[in-house]
Amino acid sequence: MNEKIDITLTINGRDYAIRVEARKTLVDAIRDDCGQTGTHIGCEHGICGTCTVILDDAVVRSCLMFAVQAHGKSIRTVEGLADGEELHPLQRAFITHHGLQCGFCTPGFLMLAVNALEQNPDIGDGELMDILSSNLCRCTGYQNIIKAVRAAAIEMRAARAAE
Amino acid sequence: MGPGSVSAFTRVFDALWAGTTAEFAWKLGPEMTHATYSVPPPASARSVLGHPVTRIEDLPLVTGRGRYAGDINFPHQLHMRVVRAAHAHGRIVSINTAAARALPGVVAVWTNADIADLSPIDFRADKSSEALKPFRQPALAHGRVRYIGDPVAVVFAEDPYLAEDAAELVGVEIEPLPVVLSASDPPGEFDPGRSGEAALLRHSYGDIEAALRAAHAIIELDLSTGRHSGVPLETRGAIGRYDAARDILELHGAAKIPHRNRETLCRMLDRSPSALHVHESHVGGGFGIRGEIYPEDVLVLVAALRLRRPVKWIEDRREHLMCANHSRQQRHLARIAVDRDGLILGIEDEIFHDQGAYIRTHGVNVPNRTMCMLTGAYRVPAYRALAHVRLTNKTPAATYRAPGRFESTFVRSRLMDAVADRLGLDRVEVRRRNLIAASEMPYTIAFNEPGVEELELDSGDYAGLLDKALAAFGWSALQQDLQRRRARGEAVGAGVAIFLEESGRGPTDNAKIVVDGTGAVELITGGASLGQGFETAMAQICAEALGVDYRRVRVIHGQTDLIDHGIGAHAARATVLTGGAVHVTAGLVRQKALEFAAELLQTPAAELDIVDGSVVRRDRKGGPSITLAELARRIAPGAKLLRGRAPQLAAHGWYNTDHTVFPYGVHLAAVRIDRDTGQVAVERFMVAYDVGRAVNPLLIEGQLVGGCVQGLGGALCEEFRYDQNGEPLAVTFADYLLPTLRETPDVEVLLTEDAPSPHHPLGLKGAGEGGINGVGGVIASAIDDALGIPGAVTELPLSPQRVKALLRRTQ
Repeated sequence: MNEKIDITLTINGRDYAIRVEARKTLVDAIRDDCGQTGTHIGCEHGICGTCTVILDDAVVRSCLMFAVQAHGKSIRTVEGLADGEELHPLQRAFITHHGLQCGFCTPGFLMLAVNALEQNPDIGDGELMDILSSNLCRCTGYQNIIKAVRAAAIEMRAARAAE
Repeated sequence: MGPGSVSAFTRVFDALWAGTTAEFAWKLGPEMTHATYSVPPPASARSVLGHPVTRIEDLPLVTGRGRYAGDINFPHQLHMRVVRAAHAHGRIVSINTAAARALPGVVAVWTNADIADLSPIDFRADKSSEALKPFRQPALAHGRVRYIGDPVAVVFAEDPYLAEDAAELVGVEIEPLPVVLSASDPPGEFDPGRSGEAALLRHSYGDIEAALRAAHAIIELDLSTGRHSGVPLETRGAIGRYDAARDILELHGAAKIPHRNRETLCRMLDRSPSALHVHESHVGGGFGIRGEIYPEDVLVLVAALRLRRPVKWIEDRREHLMCANHSRQQRHLARIAVDRDGLILGIEDEIFHDQGAYIRTHGVNVPNRTMCMLTGAYRVPAYRALAHVRLTNKTPAATYRAPGRFESTFVRSRLMDAVADRLGLDRVEVRRRNLIAASEMPYTIAFNEPGVEELELDSGDYAGLLDKALAAFGWSALQQDLQRRRARGEAVGAGVAIFLEESGRGPTDNAKIVVDGTGAVELITGGASLGQGFETAMAQICAEALGVDYRRVRVIHGQTDLIDHGIGAHAARATVLTGGAVHVTAGLVRQKALEFAAELLQTPAAELDIVDGSVVRRDRKGGPSITLAELARRIAPGAKLLRGRAPQLAAHGWYNTDHTVFPYGVHLAAVRIDRDTGQVAVERFMVAYDVGRAVNPLLIEGQLVGGCVQGLGGALCEEFRYDQNGEPLAVTFADYLLPTLRETPDVEVLLTEDAPSPHHPLGLKGAGEGGINGVGGVIASAIDDALGIPGAVTELPLSPQRVKALLRRTQ
């Protein structure tokens, strides 16, 4: 069980060659071995969604995967959302609409919402509510999170239409 | 103080100018304490105070650059894992640590025998009581285990996975003892010869016997609030580090009350405050439960000292749900005496407070706050409450957002609904008749018991807010609509709850401000940030007085090595008390800036103002001006201009008060019950709240909505249940159900500023707890209405199972 395995995690386009035990969770490897601590741990049993990352275009709970399972896959985390100093529209919207308080669940919600809007830019409100109901927030009462995501969706659609 | 005292604040300012730090304290103290202030200007007359500006906290948090406890690491650190009791009550027969010690990479394994000289987790200084001391929790169980999760042993290892492996190898043999699981059962024995009823507390005033004799009707209710808690998304964490070179012990991952915790830890570890530093970083939610001293905080410190390596502990979710403070569980045998018109003659209440296995840092604060606030916003001529504080074999309980108020508002609201029903009055009308009137302010409630603080309600128009809320909610139209829907067979109803909050309790807080030679402002406070927007609120108050951009203010909090005193963030105090200190201190810096600018610009100080970071003439645009940055450079240490006066554009000021301020609110809700499943859907919810003066309406609304949804959790779905052996049944998020977006209504907020506190220079009242206070009460009221059975709801939470049981009574 304690034997270590060599793997490479590709996070936000950068390769991290690490040695981990087979039992090490993906979120622990992202945080402790790759130093990307923006992804948080809230329950370690796949319910709160705080550790949500995007793995090859799918959202996953990185506490429910082993790091070795992510070998060779492309991982996106909150650290990769902004383009240099330019924030992602969702990051901006969370600030404008006060969509965060303590900020602990925020990276998970951002990744969840980014993926939802990338998969379906014209996503309906009902489906959006369904998707956002899969993560937990304890501070905001969700109201400003949904406001922020709706606003960002409109902005992103408008930007796409202008292209 | 009379009307003449409105200028107290200005006089103090005048007196203080050119004073040293030491002088501020005594000059400010006596004069400020009883100050009464004139009505502060509205936001429209301010540049940034009162405006809904976005937060300065957010950028690192949305980009993944936050630094929470789990993100803090030190070279060569060890990882701690706690071995916890698997029995709710039992005698420790033996603890076998040999196998764990033998595991490579394990550095130490401790039991209570290894820390026998360490005192149990102490109470905060102001909550201390000799009689309660035997009920304190040892850092590791001593002789007995008393709840499932009680720390029994602790493992220190090179790696967190390894520490967990080793913890599983520790063998704990327990001889089970009988468990006590209900505070209203006869108390058990805590220790041989020591009853499990730790305290019997009393609050009373007026002639309750006479009230009962004179009553037209007496209504008795048996009511219970469920066991639930704050459950922040970030679990607890603590990192202990000993800097042997400087002989300084550091605790990282602190929250809520770093300075008070330092006091307690110094007492427990026999260190001076200058040799123990407590550091707060980002905090993933507090809600009253995080930041109190728990066994693990003490263990990482002792281990860092003894093992001479940094020691990191991060709680897992199961541990959190079994070990971090629970709250709220009380049973009330309450009765209310009223006259023919429904006017209250007296209230009597016997409370059984389920304390859990030990008494933690707060002592008996929660039952005391429950009794103190039970009469709420009503005129109650006679009152008698008795609280049994009883130990049970469950997780220890302490404060959670609106401690004692969520509980007492539930009880009071149930009583008022019952009065309405008995007398055939409207639920709103019976409340309106009993509200304390605006003309009666300030309204004092003094208790008979020595040492029980009186309440001096500072300001408020309770009936005015009720009317505004009803109108904004469309209450009358809603009643007609609900009636039509009920006639069609729907189980729908509406409820109302009115509550009083308390905030900003004194006595004092301080702040330090320095404007540097680049014009950047550093504001050092002893406050704490739990995610509520503390930095932004303080920056706004500072920026308003200094005439700078609030984004140029760097706000420091939770660092005991940078400022000696601090009150932290609890009981809705931060904005009011620390905000008061920031306002005073920024005023001092402003005064100093204007005095020196007056010399440099050859213009009387009274004709100058600070706008956008520059001192300018008040009366016209243009003309001579000087930036604060330039001014700071001109009065740097050694500058000629000083001529013996104190250098730096800086000040250290104090704000003192002996007043608590009392915000108030109204909650209105409309619910629909699914008759098949018992599921309650909250269709609408309004939080109407008078905050005196808002520092930032955007943040206050966030506090109110967030609190409200937490309250819905406690009213509808969150519950720490136990089986008959004391086994906790909610130890994952699959069993302990937090509300998600799907269960959450769009909470409507009506924020008013009708009653600024006359006891605060900015009129501020706290806002942290107004969203949650009345939720239990209003949901109970609405569900009664939906069921068509007045008084049906007697306990919370209203889980689908409980609602199903109530529905059967309608068939």
